[in-house]
Amino acid sequence: MNGISSGFGAWNPIAWALLFIGILVVGFFVRSRGNAGYKRGTGQTKVFLSGNEEPDASAALHVRGRHLYWGMVEGLSGYYRRVKELHTGVLSDYAAWFVGVLAVVFVILVLVR
Amino acid sequence: MTALTNHAPVLLIAIPLLGAFAVPLIGKLGRQARNTFVGLIALITAAFAGLLAAHIFGQAGAPSLYVLGGHQGFGIPLPSGLSVPIRIILEVDGMGAFMALITALIMLTGAFFSFSYWKERSGGTLFYSLLMLLTAGIFGMELTGDMFNFFVFLEITSIAACGLIGFRVWLKTSQEAGFKVMALYTLSGLFVLLAVGLLYGQYGGLNIAYLASALTGSTIDIVALGLLLTGLALKAGAVPLHMWAPDAYGEAPAPMSAVLVANSQASLYGLFRILFTLFGLTISVGALGWILIVLALLTIFVGVTMALIQNDIKRLIAYSAVSQIGYMLLGVGVGLAVSAAKPDFGFVAMQGGIFHMLNDAACIGLLFFVSGVIIRATGTRDLNRMGGLAHSMKWTSVLFIIGAFALAGVPPFNGFASKFLIYEASFKLSPFLAVIAILSSILLLAVFVKVFQAAFLGAKQEGIGGEVPMGMMVPMVALALVVIVFGLFPGFFVDKIVTPAANALWYGRDAYIGLVLGGG
Repeated sequence: MNGISSGFGAWNPIAWALLFIGILVVGFFVRSRGNAGYKRGTGQTKVFLSGNEEPDASAALHVRGRHLYWGMVEGLSGYYRRVKELHTGVLSDYAAWFVGVLAVVFVILVLVR
Repeated sequence: MTALTNHAPVLLIAIPLLGAFAVPLIGKLGRQARNTFVGLIALITAAFAGLLAAHIFGQAGAPSLYVLGGHQGFGIPLPSGLSVPIRIILEVDGMGAFMALITALIMLTGAFFSFSYWKERSGGTLFYSLLMLLTAGIFGMELTGDMFNFFVFLEITSIAACGLIGFRVWLKTSQEAGFKVMALYTLSGLFVLLAVGLLYGQYGGLNIAYLASALTGSTIDIVALGLLLTGLALKAGAVPLHMWAPDAYGEAPAPMSAVLVANSQASLYGLFRILFTLFGLTISVGALGWILIVLALLTIFVGVTMALIQNDIKRLIAYSAVSQIGYMLLGVGVGLAVSAAKPDFGFVAMQGGIFHMLNDAACIGLLFFVSGVIIRATGTRDLNRMGGLAHSMKWTSVLFIIGAFALAGVPPFNGFASKFLIYEASFKLSPFLAVIAILSSILLLAVFVKVFQAAFLGAKQEGIGGEVPMGMMVPMVALALVVIVFGLFPGFFVDKIVTPAANALWYGRDAYIGLVLGGG
């Protein structure tokens, strides 16, 4: 009723959720056995920046959208350059893609008929 | 109740269609009267979709017929002596009812979300009129049993969608997107009409069941199939015919972006109906399957990688929506490709692809609604200018996480259940397909981590209000509940609605034809 089977594997979300909750409970139990000496607002809670003082302007520290995955996008720059070139924004180019795909589909369908 | 159920197919089209033309009149009575009227139309339409689905799934997805113009029709003798009955046939099977449920869910939540979202803006009357028209067109595409009517409803959806995409005429980008979509939808519609004309010229009929029984696999049939496949793939937003989609989804008002995804899914449904019911797995099934698989892989990979580099939140979600169309194509493509050699796995792949249509509609609908909330709160679509929203919009943050996890296929949400079926069946055909599909899902999760980090985390920003009004929160929570419930109990929904829908396409061709022509 809850799960599904592909004939190759199976997925039961209720069993998974129970297991997940069980692991959470164990996690919280282990945590509760830890050292309770944590002091809020002291040096214990400060961000460690290689021994430097943490800047006060917390808003300025926020990593903005364009900075995320910079390395990955840079690594794939060749791929992105080509894919972006395809998205010209020019309507006639989009129509040309349609004609091209139509031609390929025709060729395949006729060849394998 | 039985009479209502019997007339549900036509009422599903007629009620929103009449509503579309009545909204401008009711709008003269004031905003409150207009919203009440639209809300009632949306609720009644959704109730009829539920009734129809309960009826169809109650008979295990077997088709039902609704005839306008009498069962016999009135014949006009042609010079050849053939007398063709003039009537309109709506034929609903498990797949049609399944699609009607998706449309009803998105239309209902979209309409109610819009009441608050569009509250301070002008032009609401036209906005709701177009929404109703789009809804009528989508239901028409999903329920008709006639190729020409399919084309007519396709055009109705195109006109209404263009109006909604270019609705904010004060924005140049909105006008440009509306124009591009109008041109490309027209191109798609023209080629679909050409295909319908070819089939009519060859066989002298337009009824899907009649055409399905008459097709011989001639060159004309092959040409018509190519035209229909490409035309509908464009409207579904499959790569490389997807170029309009980011503009359209990105520029439309947020709640309408969700409805536009349902519109694309209706085109995908049309494609499946044509492949399975009209052509009936008789013409180059393996080749058709591989055409869909190649389109699917391109759609998944290009969609998700393009989403990764977007900084406009609407365009980012739009590319994510494009990538999900790929998963649906992959499921059905794998189903076609292995239908002869491994039919059991083909059927599982079909189930996955069809189930993902419903799951995607709920997740992407939720994400577009959340994007609307974010844009409303921050006044920008640029992720680089957002941050700290989780401080003041805790519930919206949670809803975003639910939608994002579900779309990326993180267990135990609904997206995982359908993707699980697609992964497993694809792996059986080729591990490469499964690797691309899984890798792209991981990348999609990375895409939404970017949105969460950029928009919700960070220091609290000045000038951001609190949570959204209840009118916007309730539709979002409703979609989130669908995401969670379908994720926790996928077995129930696969048994009750997905399998009958897949059966209707996979095994139901003879029953579909027989119901119209007899002998089924």
